[in-house]
Order: sequence, then C-alpha cells, then structure tokens
Amino acid sequence: MDMREIYTRLNRVFQEVFDDRSIRVGPDTTADDIDDWDSLEHITLISAVEREFRMKFKMGEISGMRNVGEMAEIIAQRAR
Amino acid sequence: MRELEYPFDPGEIIRRRKSLRKALLAQEAARTRKKIAVLGGSTTSDIVKTLELFLLDAGIEPEFYESEYAQYYQDALFPPEELRAFAPDLIFVHTTSRNVTHWPELADPPEAVEEKLQAELGKFRAVWASLEENFHCPVIQNNFEKPFYRLLGSRDAWDLHGRVNFVNRLNQAFADHAREHAGFYLHDVDYLSADYGLRRWADPAFWNLYKYAMCFEAIPAFAFSVAHIVKSLFGKNKKVLALDLDNTLWGGVVGDDGVDGIEIGQETGVAQSYYEFQSYLKQVKSLGVLLTVCSKNDEENALAGLNHPEGALRPEDFILIKANWENKDRNIAETAAQLDLLPESVVFADDNPAEREIVRAQLKGAAVPEMEGVENYIATLDRNGYFETTTLSEDDLKRNEMYKANVLRAAEQASFGDYGEYLKSLEMRAVIDDFLPVYLARITQLANKSNQFNLTTKRYTVEEMEQVYHSGGYVRLYGKLVDKFGDNGVVSVVIGRVEGDVLDIELWLMSCRVLKRDMELAMLDRLAERAAARGLRTLRGHYYPTAKNKMVKDLYASFGFAKTGEDEAGNTAWELSLAGYQPKCSVIEVAGNDQKILSKREAHSDGHEGNLHKAEPGVPGGFR
Repeated sequence: MDMREIYTRLNRVFQEVFDDRSIRVGPDTTADDIDDWDSLEHITLISAVEREFRMKFKMGEISGMRNVGEMAEIIAQRAR
Repeated sequence: MRELEYPFDPGEIIRRRKSLRKALLAQEAARTRKKIAVLGGSTTSDIVKTLELFLLDAGIEPEFYESEYAQYYQDALFPPEELRAFAPDLIFVHTTSRNVTHWPELADPPEAVEEKLQAELGKFRAVWASLEENFHCPVIQNNFEKPFYRLLGSRDAWDLHGRVNFVNRLNQAFADHAREHAGFYLHDVDYLSADYGLRRWADPAFWNLYKYAMCFEAIPAFAFSVAHIVKSLFGKNKKVLALDLDNTLWGGVVGDDGVDGIEIGQETGVAQSYYEFQSYLKQVKSLGVLLTVCSKNDEENALAGLNHPEGALRPEDFILIKANWENKDRNIAETAAQLDLLPESVVFADDNPAEREIVRAQLKGAAVPEMEGVENYIATLDRNGYFETTTLSEDDLKRNEMYKANVLRAAEQASFGDYGEYLKSLEMRAVIDDFLPVYLARITQLANKSNQFNLTTKRYTVEEMEQVYHSGGYVRLYGKLVDKFGDNGVVSVVIGRVEGDVLDIELWLMSCRVLKRDMELAMLDRLAERAAARGLRTLRGHYYPTAKNKMVKDLYASFGFAKTGEDEAGNTAWELSLAGYQPKCSVIEVAGNDQKILSKREAHSDGHEGNLHKAEPGVPGGFR
C-alpha cells in the first residue's frame, strides 16, 4: 500500500471521526491542528484507524506517536 | 435507525458517532427528556456518548451527569451539590470486576474469604442504600464480568480462593438484592461479556491505557444493553410482535407447497429451527407481548399452516390474524389501530427484505429487524431488547387474554344498534378505591407508560409513588374494570393533591384498552364522592398537551368543568364545584376495596379458553 492511499484513507477516517469535511491531514498534522482532538477522541480515532486498515497499534505506539506522519509509517509497515 | 439496531457494526458507530447524533437530532421525533447520572468505577465518556445515540433512537433525550473518574463510591455516599442539584431520574452505577478491592488470597482460611466477600458487598450495599435515601429514583447496577485470567484454571470456578468463584458469589448476592428491592435493576454484564467473548471484552490494554472496563469496540454492545433497561423503565418497550408466516414461522410457502409440504417440527434441521423459533415466540407471548400475523396469504392457508400438528404455535396464540393480499404497512397500521396502540409499539418480523423495506418506509416508528436466516431469528429478536422486562406485573402475564376479550367485544359491538345498550350488555363492574399495596407496581407502570389518555403525563418513580401512597395529603384512586368477557385489570389512576378546600388533580390517566366504556365517568363520580367526604369544595384539573394526548384535550370540558386558565403552550386549567354534584356513570356497577367482584367467567369458573370459544363458536380467538 503506498503512502498516497494511506493518506487518502486516513483523511476520510479523520473527517468522519471529527465530523468535519474540511479536515486535510498531512505528515505534520498533530492534535493541536484539530479542534476536537483531545485525549478522549484520540481513542475513537485510534479505534477507527485500526479498523480501517485492519491492524493494531501496540500499546507503546499509541502514546508515542507525535504526528500523523508517524502513524502513517506504522500503518505502512503493518496494514493489509 | 438501521445503524443502531442489532446486528450493528460497532466500528461504524464509533467512527460515525458525531454524524449519527446529528442525524438523530434532526429527526422530528417527540422525545421524553430524562436525567441520567452515571457513577463510574472506570472511564465513562464514550459509554455515555454511545448510550446517548441509542436512547435518542428510542425516543428518549438524555441529559447526563458523569461522576469524576472512578468516584462512584464517593458520589453515592457523599453526593456532591452538583449531583443533588441535577436531581437524576435514573442512576447507573457503572462498576467492573476491576473495582473489586478485596480479592481472596490462596492462604486465606475460609472465614477470611467470607469476610472479604462481606466487605466487598458492604461497599456496594452502602452505595445502594445511600442512593435510595438521597435520590428516590431507579438504580441500574452492573454485575461483574468474569476475571480475564484464572490462576487455578478450572479450579478457579469452585475453589473459594478462585477469583471466578468469588465473582460468581458477588453476582449471586447482587441478584438477590435485585429480587428483594423494587427500583433496583441489575445490568447483566456477566452474560453480555460472555456473549461478546470475554477474551476480547476484557482486553487489558483498554484498562491499562484508558481505564475502560471493556475493549473499545464492545462499548456499543454495552451501551445498547444498558439502553434496553432504560427504555423499558421509561415505557418505551414494544408491545406487539407482528409476524409473517411463509419462511418466517415455517419453511416454504403454504399456499404452494401445501400444509404437508412446509418445514416445521422435528423431521429436519431446518424444520427444527422453525420449531425452536415458534417455541421461543410462545415464551415471548407469556411475557404479555401480543402476537399477531401479518402475511400475504389466503386466510384459509394461513390457518392451515398454523394448525400444522408439528408446530408449537396455534391460531389462538395470536390476537389478530391478518392474512390477505393488502400491503403490509396497511395491515400493521390497522393491527395497531384495532389494539388501540401506536405503530411505534409494533415489531414487524418478516424474512422478505422487500416487505421490510416497504414497512420501514411507510410506517414510521415500527421496528423492523433484519430477519435473515431462520437460525438467526431468535437472536435477532432477543438481542434487540424490544421486550426487555424490568417489571413483570400480573397484568403483563394476563395481557393476551385481555386483548383477546377486547377483540370479542368489538365483534359484539357491531351487533348492537345503540351504543348505550351495548355498554349495558357488557355487564361492567369496577372496583374504584384508594391504592392497595398489591397494585402499586401496576399503578406506577401505568403512570410511566400511558401517553394517550393522560392529562398531565406526570411520571413517578417507584419511590415517589410510595411517597404518594403513604402521604395523607392526597386523594388517590385506582380503577379496575371487569366485564362479561373478562378482567381488564387496573386500567385507570387518578391522584389529587389536597390544597385547602381544593383537590388539585396532578394525574388522571386511563389505559386505552377501556376507551369509550364510561370508565372515566365512574372515576369522576368516585373522585367527587371522596373529595366531598373530605370537606373539599372544588376539583381542579390540568391539561398539558403532548404529541400524544390530544384525545383528552376536552375531557374536563366534557365533564362540565369550567376553564380557568390557558397559556401560550396550550396548557389549560379547569375547575368544577362539588356543590350539588350528580353522579354521571350509569353503566358500571362500582364497588370498593372491601367488596370482591368477579367476572361471570370467574364466577362460573369453567376456564377462560373454553368460554372464549363459546362466544364465537368455531373461530379460535376471533381474529376478524
């Protein structure tokens, strides 16, 4: 799966979870860039991303990811 | 909403929660507002947000109070001002076996294990006692999911030191408490987690990372299950199950295959599956759910299929049988109307997706589950929680009989030219008197689910109703109506509060099953008599309009009350002077609590079914 496809699908997940069609995510996007992205919504987001790519993040990764770029890297390694 | 009915996709609900909520709020649905306090022993945020979706879908608009993280014990024992001011209609204690603090150790002697069990139970009993004392509202309490590991393996189940054994004993004690305390409702997380799959349910990552009591994708199933209890408590249960026949109650098409060709009974696996489904429906009926048939068939063929010797259901198990070639949405609308119920009280079960789609589109409010594959029928109906049973009154158990008698009455009415003559022919007798403890559960149930013939739609918790019952400041009446076709049970309730020499009527309701029987006049006569006996001079009534109670807009006017006020919202106030009051009801013989009345059928005591058949010979149950 190439990075373009990952970002397209990630973008759709973000738009749905935050119910905001104007969201555009890139490698540098962080929680600070999206209004509703707090620690509670983070769980929803992780859960939705895992389901979209049919993969699981490891416990350490969930708290360690600093931006969407790191998330996409993990997905690229693991997604089916 | 399809996305929120079983079987649902939990991932979809999680991912699209915000847009689902928006869509629900955009629906033009009349919703009951309820305040729900969630006292958690773990994170509650997403549970509350998901519960909100299911409740909105069920016609309840919730407002939530959430305790600070894991503060369920503190909030219950020392209610903060915010919680007191919130004045919840319902409290949900959301605890998990992660909150158990006194686990047995292997070295503990039996007495020490017992002490730990009592200490754990003591903690929860203190919570429940304090909630009861401070809030007088229903409490929903989780029981415990099994631990996610077993130190002793299978021995964990029976050894006193095993955590599995310990959890089972706690759950048993919780169940005992539920049986002994009205207003306390157990939420069976033990079953739910087993049903979901304990290994996934109790994934420790979700506890350790987020302090959730279950894995994230289990939250929709959990919230759905809690919502069933809430719906049931606030009178949103379904009442009627309308069933298709061909490929729903049996395999095959009776009109084409003939009675001998349909699959039902013990011969094949498929036949057994249909038999099991019919047996399940028979049990559903015993809860007081009304079964009806809604099938595109000639009636003759439908009856032949239902009379199949290997079937579990018989034609007389159904209140109404609509077997014709009309559109199904029309048949269901008629079924609801004939039973004096709204379409939203109906569940329609049909294997044919096209029929389901038509009913969904044409009949707003009716529930239309995805009946796909006979092996899934029971789970589909059961898991949707349409008939979640929180209270089980005598009347629930007899409801089928009562509705069947109603259908007979309707048939008889057609043969009378004059309605007054018809009413007299019913030989109605009523008990109208002050509440009796034995009827309090039924009275409370009526107060919480009557919508149409209900002047104020005031709701009462079990505790509040008990307070009314024990207070000297009220005139209370319940009305129970019996006629020659049977006992209708408690069908009307009036509660008036004494204010000086005025009786202010805060509740007046009647079950729609006895509309147009002059029962309301009999209630008024008794109310006037009791109020006058207390030296009161005036009856004051109120009508508060809702989406459903238009039928009683002019009730007080019809009683001869004078209108004394009306506001912009259409709320009206009415008064009647008791001076020179003349009784108005002439068709019902009224008795008090000390006089026992019997229906003719009971007096002759030769069985209900037998008499029903006599009333309309040859036709089982009378379903025309």
